[in-house]
Amino acid sequence: MTITESAVSTAGVSLQGLTKSFGPVRAVDGIDLVVAPGETVALLGPNGAGKSTTIDMMLGLNKPDSGDVRVFGMTPDQAVQRGAIGAMLQTGELIRDLTVRELLAMMASLYPTPARVDDVVDVTGLHDIVDRRTNKLSGGQSQRVRAAIALISNPDLLVLDEPTVAMDVEGRHLFWNSVRQIAASGKTIVFATHYLEEADTYADRIVLMARGRIVADGPATEIKATVGLRTIRATLPGVDAAVLSALDGVKSADRRGDAVVLHCSDSDAAIRALLPAYPAACDIEIAGAGLEQAFLMLTGDHSPEELS
Amino acid sequence: MNAVYLRYELLRTLRNRRFFIFTLAFPLVFFYLIAGANRHQELGGIPFATYYLAGMASFGTMMAMISAGGRIASERQAGWNRQLRLTPLTPREYFRAKVATGYMMALITLVLLFVAGLTLGVHLQVREVASMVGLVAVGLIPFAALGIFVGHMFTPDSIGPVLGGGVSILAFLGGAWGPIGGTHGFMHDVSLATPTYWLVQAGHTLVGQQAWDGTGWLVVGSWTAVLAVLAARAYQRDTKRV
Repeated sequence: MTITESAVSTAGVSLQGLTKSFGPVRAVDGIDLVVAPGETVALLGPNGAGKSTTIDMMLGLNKPDSGDVRVFGMTPDQAVQRGAIGAMLQTGELIRDLTVRELLAMMASLYPTPARVDDVVDVTGLHDIVDRRTNKLSGGQSQRVRAAIALISNPDLLVLDEPTVAMDVEGRHLFWNSVRQIAASGKTIVFATHYLEEADTYADRIVLMARGRIVADGPATEIKATVGLRTIRATLPGVDAAVLSALDGVKSADRRGDAVVLHCSDSDAAIRALLPAYPAACDIEIAGAGLEQAFLMLTGDHSPEELS
Repeated sequence: MNAVYLRYELLRTLRNRRFFIFTLAFPLVFFYLIAGANRHQELGGIPFATYYLAGMASFGTMMAMISAGGRIASERQAGWNRQLRLTPLTPREYFRAKVATGYMMALITLVLLFVAGLTLGVHLQVREVASMVGLVAVGLIPFAALGIFVGHMFTPDSIGPVLGGGVSILAFLGGAWGPIGGTHGFMHDVSLATPTYWLVQAGHTLVGQQAWDGTGWLVVGSWTAVLAVLAARAYQRDTKRV
């Protein structure tokens, strides 16, 4: 994908050719991504896919080894200076000995054009705990305060790195409702998650990452279909894998000794096609590919079986 | 300096229990216990209570300054420094707020000790108090750098013993608990080479003793230079890691 110059200057976020290694580990291995203003994009991928490293570079917390990052046409540092970026990092606690309101006022004082503390309290639903000390909050409450801190600069870009990890179901629900409201106000949102459901429900677009690369990028429904692959495994000697991959509902097929593995876009259709054509097939297993397996399959250089 | 940010930094420190115990209560209690029992005697050629006022002032202000910097350790561990890097707050302003907090706490320590001193009959005159406060302010500069250094080198768990042990040794060697090594000799030289000694000496200006001589300025200046370099290095190394 090539990115034109006008796309860079009008983009909310533009990442070009990003790479980053930590010692021998290539955490990010050539990422190109343009996020339009007002878009909500999910970075979906298993642990170690490079989501957090990509986000750190987007925020200017980490310098890429090569490549370029622009946020509304600015470098991350410039965007931070103007309060254009708000972020909720994956890890982090709140400082102690202040109430929630005091902490928000303290953070607001650092920015040129901050949001009103009351407005941020409204949108994050912190009314009940606004006068409570930060060291007396539950895990989920702290997360919501951290989300409020991300909003206090009145940013144009909101970045959330696995924001719901410490939350219970109820907390998640409340949290994503807030995010929906924020998205509706026209802000650009990029969030990382390893939950397909979250990405599917709350993002306009899903960017699928594995091993430091983008392996798929498209509307949420499209990606969900790709990731929702199932596999059929059967003992079936003497049939060419290439022939099997032509069956209805089968995307690709591998041979493992006497066994074959069919990666299916529609496993129901595939099994209906397989059995009449090859009645000798036995020991049949149909399994839903987990996210990690789906990702590894998409990257192409390892099959799921080798890794499980 | 951002006044709102600084105000909340101060508020946080005032609400911190450890600060109250070590920086305010501890010097005050020891002053009353030791100086109160010996108030009609002399120590190191000056009234006992005055000596202990100076000694506990050096201990308390030093503790205030180092622990203000030491709080960086827990903020680092909490990931708060990463959060602050997403704000326009510069590292310089961040450190300045920490040092300003240290000075304010040191000032509270001094005021309490002055009041305590008056109740034990320590003779205080405005001019001498002012010159002591001024000298203490200068004498605390190396400790500001030391606090920032310590805040980047240690974890919140290890910083307690480091502060408790380190400050006690420096206070002892500097003569906060009584003169070390008489008026000359090896121990006296060691004592003179500590930055704490000059904090204690600053207190002795209360009874009209000479303020710092050339050695004082040299010692305090050298400690400041060395600790500032160490603090800057520790900060840079830490920023690279996160």
